[in-house]
Amino acid sequence: MSERAFDPSAPLTPSGNLRRRQIFSRVAESGATLAAVGAVAVLVIVIAAVVSHGLGALSIDFLTKGTPVGIAPAIVGSAAIVLVATAIAMPVGILTALFVTEFANKRVAAQIRLMLDLLNGLPSIIIGLFIFGLIVKPTQQQSALAASVALAIIELPMIARGSQEVLLLVPGSMREAADALGVSRWRTVLKVILPSALGGILTSTVLAVARAAGETAPLLLICSVFDSRHVSLHLTEAIPNIPVTIFELSEEGNPEGFTRAWGAGLVLISFILFASLGARALLARSKRRMAS
Amino acid sequence: MSGPSVNPAYIPAGEGRGARSSSRLKRIDRIGDVALYLICALAALLGVIVLVLVGYQVIHGAVPAISKFGLGFLVHTTWQPNFGVFGAGSLIFGTMVSSFVALAIGAPIAISIGLFLSLLAPKGVSGVISPLVELLAAIPSVILGFWGILILAPFVQKNVEPWLHDHLGFIPLFGPPQTTGSSVFTASLILTIMVIPIIASISRDLFLAVPRDIQDGASALGATRWEVVRGVVLPSTSSGIVAASLLGLGRALGEAIAVTQVIGAGSAINKSLFDTGDTLASRIANQFPGALTELHKASLFYLGVILLVIGLAANLLAQWIGRRFGPRTLAAK
Amino acid sequence: MSYPDQTQRTESGSNGPPVPSRVRIQSAAQGGVAQPAIGQRELGVEAVFEARDVSVYYGAKKALAGVSMRIPHSRITALIGPSGCGKTTFLRSLNRMNDSVSSFRLEGQILYHGNDMYAGNVDQVEVRRRIGMVFQKPNPFPKSIYDNVAWAPRNLGLRHGLDQRVEEALRGAALWDEVKDRLKDSALGLSGGQQQRLCIARAIAIEPDVLLLDEPASALDPIATASIEELMHSLKGRFTIVIVTHNMQQAARVAEQTAFFSVDTAAAVPSGTLVEFAPTEKIFSDPADPRTRDYVSGRFG
Repeated sequence: MSERAFDPSAPLTPSGNLRRRQIFSRVAESGATLAAVGAVAVLVIVIAAVVSHGLGALSIDFLTKGTPVGIAPAIVGSAAIVLVATAIAMPVGILTALFVTEFANKRVAAQIRLMLDLLNGLPSIIIGLFIFGLIVKPTQQQSALAASVALAIIELPMIARGSQEVLLLVPGSMREAADALGVSRWRTVLKVILPSALGGILTSTVLAVARAAGETAPLLLICSVFDSRHVSLHLTEAIPNIPVTIFELSEEGNPEGFTRAWGAGLVLISFILFASLGARALLARSKRRMAS
Repeated sequence: MSGPSVNPAYIPAGEGRGARSSSRLKRIDRIGDVALYLICALAALLGVIVLVLVGYQVIHGAVPAISKFGLGFLVHTTWQPNFGVFGAGSLIFGTMVSSFVALAIGAPIAISIGLFLSLLAPKGVSGVISPLVELLAAIPSVILGFWGILILAPFVQKNVEPWLHDHLGFIPLFGPPQTTGSSVFTASLILTIMVIPIIASISRDLFLAVPRDIQDGASALGATRWEVVRGVVLPSTSSGIVAASLLGLGRALGEAIAVTQVIGAGSAINKSLFDTGDTLASRIANQFPGALTELHKASLFYLGVILLVIGLAANLLAQWIGRRFGPRTLAAK
Repeated sequence: MSYPDQTQRTESGSNGPPVPSRVRIQSAAQGGVAQPAIGQRELGVEAVFEARDVSVYYGAKKALAGVSMRIPHSRITALIGPSGCGKTTFLRSLNRMNDSVSSFRLEGQILYHGNDMYAGNVDQVEVRRRIGMVFQKPNPFPKSIYDNVAWAPRNLGLRHGLDQRVEEALRGAALWDEVKDRLKDSALGLSGGQQQRLCIARAIAIEPDVLLLDEPASALDPIATASIEELMHSLKGRFTIVIVTHNMQQAARVAEQTAFFSVDTAAAVPSGTLVEFAPTEKIFSDPADPRTRDYVSGRFG
């Protein structure tokens, strides 16, 4: 190995096969950049399409009246369904997270976490079938409440996991100090641990709401009404909602219906964007507070 | 990571407080602790019960079809509601094809995006583009599917499919385009869009966790950036990437709405990607609302059973690989 | 405040007896420009590196001030000094490894065989191909022992006689006998000392011109350290070696030249700087600068 493969005093430009390798590397880098740009481009294209087509449909009437002019009943219906779903999922999710972080031993905690991951990975159409068999078939009717239960199942893992992550960030020293002072567990949890985790809990709830608001498959099976003139809050019946409205309008093939579907889509996407950005801001603020 | 002390049961508080504390306060505390433990355990149990119940209900709903068709249901391809003949063969095929294509296109793109966000982009750029990529996952599938019907499908049918057919038409996959653009191919493209954010954000985190010192070691040996990636970054994250791809696969398998909007609800097994087809989830979403006979509904439940099994398998495999080969748990974002 | 002028004038070039070269240092705050050592020859060999008034900034922080020195060919040069005095920064500037820090900025010039290393057309990868580095903490790849050593040669297209090359590299790193029967085993199963020798084997497998060693034994136990030092002696002559070390005795044992870095507390902005650069025995027996004397005799650092 005494003969060097290169001349050390040659200029420091690529020697040997380096030129080829550098070209390949730069091509690969460009490819990765292109992929990232492409993904953002698709996002922009889709949102731009929804905005440009949907703006045409938007009007005060569109948002406040029922069919054939507007989608107010669907907006109210979706809001009601998601609200009830969150009211169910949030406490169950937080309590589940508390169980994992405060009470369970390592093995049980791992199994609960697995359960949450499996629940999260369930296709929403399966959840639709589930609720259909559980509630709709025995009661012989579709209902908003059934839809809320389905959406609650979808929201639960997101809230539980997000809460768990932020509960784990609360230092163990806080718990130990409270124990040492003789403060009871439940007081510690209620007065110390939960409040400091509140930001993260709310963030994951908002994100879960954003996801549930757009879920169509379960609603298609268990709360499928889309043509309605009046707002209805009879939760024991099927009430109009945005996702099913968009779906049915998209399948109809009627251009006027398409316009309304774009409008409904714009309303939905606006809400989701707003919720996602809001969650992100909440997360940043609670992280800052945690760090201080 | 700071965590709670490991406590299999509640710790009664106030034990060491001494005689001065009122016994009533002690009793409230103890009741409170027990109560908290119980409701937390109950909540956790509820999740487990729901999971089990889902399996039970779906199987229960499918019983009439299972007893009528048995396992042959998995291979027979005839689906005729009017004649009471049902077979999942073409749907399983469609599910496999569309998911596979989505993954084949989407995984490399997503991994590239992950590399970009972790190793290539300056922090500021990555801080902007990462949330945008994640936002892609937040688009509801019904909107993506609607966009697919009106904008993507016609575009693909006019521009992409003819080009592919002209140049690669000798492969039976790339047959002549249909008139409407509703095809397995379009559905696969929509699925690709859905799958990319999941794999990309997990990959990004995996790449960020590769220790700097071995990357420096590779650079110090006169390796180009790509060679460092290929030689060190990718090999040390390979199992994590596989697990992430499996999670993406699970997403693609279970997507019902967007797929049913653009796939054309075909019933036969077609060789060409540009023909119509259908998947398990999509068929359920498509036909369940209008199913009249009990056998029809039960057959759709049977499709659900198959979907559940495949989906759970993918998810469990992803979790297993993630736990076995890497410290990271793969709870999907 | 300027430091006493250390330069000794000698006849330039020609046949004079070899004289130790010293470098004139002036505080950068004075705007002084260090001048290269008088005398083109240094112990009869040419310089591989020539640093000309090199200052390094990380953002606003000045890490290194006005370093000028010539590092000789085929010798071992040690960089010693207390923590935080910039010796590792200087070392990493010699193969452009500092480029990965985004706030890094270099003023002055570093010439490698007469070529400006920080010129616009310089390819970093080419630089690192010629100037190898072994790091403080062993960083073997999660691959087999064989693949660790063979990886870089494969990249460079040196596939012919790869087995031979790997064996010679492992012999050169005094590791061959210990691993020759388990080349396919994972490198992560080796001990710390073995892993570090593997990293050295990895570096010499591509036959660089220079080997930079950043405190290669500081993470190792004394026995492993001794084996690394033995290695140095056998590698000298084949490569130009620059080694950063905290361990003065180590410098005394292996290096022909030693450069003493310290923190320049007297300057307006405290930063690391080169205090004295001389043949090792001079640095340790009769240093010219009082700071060197203090450090070497153990009064601080």
